[in-house]
Amino acid sequence: MDLRFTDKELAFRDEVRAFFKQALPPQIRNRITSGHHPTKDDLVTWQRILNAKGWAVPHWPAEWGGTDWTPVEQYIFQEEMQLAPAPQPLPFGVNMVAPVIYTFGSEAQKRRFLPRIANIDDWWCQGFSEPGAGSDLASLKTRAERQGDCFVVNGQKTWTTLAQHADWIFCLVRTDPAAKKQMGISFLLIDMKTPGVTVCPIQTIDGGHEVNEVFFDDVRVPVENLVGEENRGWDYAKFLLGNERVGIARVGVSKERIRRIKQLAAVEMSGGRPLIEDRRFREKLAAVEIELKALEITQMRVVAAEGRRERGKPDPASSVLKIKGSELQQATTELLMDVIGPYAMPYDPHSEEGSNEPPVGPDWAAMIAPNYFNTRKVSIYGGSNEIQKNIIAKAVLGL
Amino acid sequence: MDFDLTEEQRLLKDSVDRLLADAYGFDARKRIVASEGGVSPAVWAQFAELGLLGLPFSEEQGGFGGGPVETMLVMEAFGRALVVEPYLATVILGGGLIRHAGSAAQQAAILPAVAAGERRLAFAHAERQARYDLFDVATTARPDGEGWVLDGQKGLVLHGDGADTLIVSARTAGATRDLTGLGLFLVDASAPGVSRRGYPTQDGQRAAEVTLTGVRVGPDAVLGDPKGALPAIERVVDEAIAALCAEAVGAMEASLQSTVEYLKTRQQFGTPIGAFQVLQHRSAEMVVALEQARSMAMLAAMMATAPDARERRAAVSGAKAQIGRSARFIGQQSVQLHGGVGVTMEYQIGHYFKRLTMIDTLFGDADHHLGLTADAGGLINS
Repeated sequence: MDLRFTDKELAFRDEVRAFFKQALPPQIRNRITSGHHPTKDDLVTWQRILNAKGWAVPHWPAEWGGTDWTPVEQYIFQEEMQLAPAPQPLPFGVNMVAPVIYTFGSEAQKRRFLPRIANIDDWWCQGFSEPGAGSDLASLKTRAERQGDCFVVNGQKTWTTLAQHADWIFCLVRTDPAAKKQMGISFLLIDMKTPGVTVCPIQTIDGGHEVNEVFFDDVRVPVENLVGEENRGWDYAKFLLGNERVGIARVGVSKERIRRIKQLAAVEMSGGRPLIEDRRFREKLAAVEIELKALEITQMRVVAAEGRRERGKPDPASSVLKIKGSELQQATTELLMDVIGPYAMPYDPHSEEGSNEPPVGPDWAAMIAPNYFNTRKVSIYGGSNEIQKNIIAKAVLGL
Repeated sequence: MDFDLTEEQRLLKDSVDRLLADAYGFDARKRIVASEGGVSPAVWAQFAELGLLGLPFSEEQGGFGGGPVETMLVMEAFGRALVVEPYLATVILGGGLIRHAGSAAQQAAILPAVAAGERRLAFAHAERQARYDLFDVATTARPDGEGWVLDGQKGLVLHGDGADTLIVSARTAGATRDLTGLGLFLVDASAPGVSRRGYPTQDGQRAAEVTLTGVRVGPDAVLGDPKGALPAIERVVDEAIAALCAEAVGAMEASLQSTVEYLKTRQQFGTPIGAFQVLQHRSAEMVVALEQARSMAMLAAMMATAPDARERRAAVSGAKAQIGRSARFIGQQSVQLHGGVGVTMEYQIGHYFKRLTMIDTLFGDADHHLGLTADAGGLINS
């Protein structure tokens, strides 16, 4: 047993770190450091830099561009990307729909979609949640009726992240309304330009436009866009959500934020001294650091066990990562609120686009409150933390 | 990075688990706790036979050259079985002080006898005014010819009543809260001037209040530098904390397991109470607390022998803080989920709760170590 990286792993880390340092455009890095969301162009630019290097999709099978890295090397790569800090590749393509396609899809689907996902030639979004189907996802109602060589889709999806940029959406749709609820669901790939698809923005409490409603009105989808077997979509969805939970801990993101908290708390004054000298603040920070260090090791344990697991079978321990990881993302955004104190208050509705007005207060303050508000989402999406507890109770404890 | 056990480590774990399954069931433990002396000489002899009592000592020291992972495995097993034997006191604390501070002659005189189960040690250090500060020592050691004279009182000497040899910390120079001027002295427990008042602890272990009145020791009784013992004390206490973290993980694991079994069997409202979501979620939160604690116990084990003292102390403090918080949560909730039987002596679950509670107070509770972690600049750097 050894928690340290081997020399080979350290050499790999240095190689990745050096490449990120040299290849990540400074304006993208600055945007992320200051708490802004990367723009569409940022995500595309960075994904293509990675793809040119051969590192766009390290976790995929080698024949589709994967790198054959060990789970530990994958982990190091992901962590270094978060620490750089570089944009996280758009998950809906590379982490969600692609593994479903290369695991369950047809050869034609693999050839058609995978290379374009790796290079983000297609922007993907996720059509799972509906107004009446959140935690109880299997109660979804969007219908797909077979008519000749098409499915005709009617219904509504919601919380569709970055659908405003999307070329494609992968959807869970009901193909057999008579079957028991999990049984009659299929996994369908839908071109967003198809007539009858409408995207409406939802503004979130931080003022941002990240999520959308997507309406389907007699949308005709060719049958070759069905992934795997008809009415087996629920299995594919469970597979996809299991993959999603591993990355969701975002330990590197929280670590990077802790660094920033320390930098800022060294200059923000409280009681005539830098805030970092305040015992109460320091202990609050240390408590979060301890939990984060523990989570980092917990994550490494899950990563190390991954090599021994059947491919595609998620570890129920990933629910632990999701719960703690989301709590710590929230705790670190909350600590930044503590650092900025009263200057959290000014709201600049244009801060995302980059305002021409000088900010009220320090220029690093603008995104702190919006990010704190926005980050409440992380314990809700990807299977809420309450759902994760159900999973632990059943899958780990057998209750 | 590697979380696998070696073949030898797996064998060690299996044989300790087997020994305890045979000799240390809950009823056997009850009898041991109630016995004269409160520990089991028979079990101690089995530990010696299995090589546990010399596990961390090098082969020249009469031991087996085990590292922190071996100690972790043994302590986890002790935690699961709620072992009350003086392993921490004799092997980890006493043996550790002699290994790290003692001369070759002192090591040769003591460690083989410890490994053989023939000699028990105790660390007479903590004093009433010190709370958790390791440097805070009022007991004095006055030069006396070639030797020393010791005076003072040590309130919480783990397994001090059953020890053959006490390792006493005493001030050779400076004021009570100075960082320098501390020495360590080997004192025969039956030496003139040593009086011991043995007592049971809340968790079924033993301890003693040791009073030293004009106790004379020779020059060969000094362990290491008589004015600079603090680094050795800190190092050994960090090793003891790592061992306690592992023990706590074993106890939390068993406590959670027992609770989950209870939830599956206890019927109310015509159904096993484990069917209720509020109890399922509480149990899931206990799993999260346990896994976080397990990770930090591993960190403590790995870092307890790190060469850089600053880095070592930050990591060990972080681990102790995490263990303290997780142990409190799991201990309290295990009792709560058992309902009324959780607060009876008869049921095992309350005994896990008591041991976990006492582990938090040993060598600094969660608040104390949170403060140390904060003062060290936290754990997320670089």
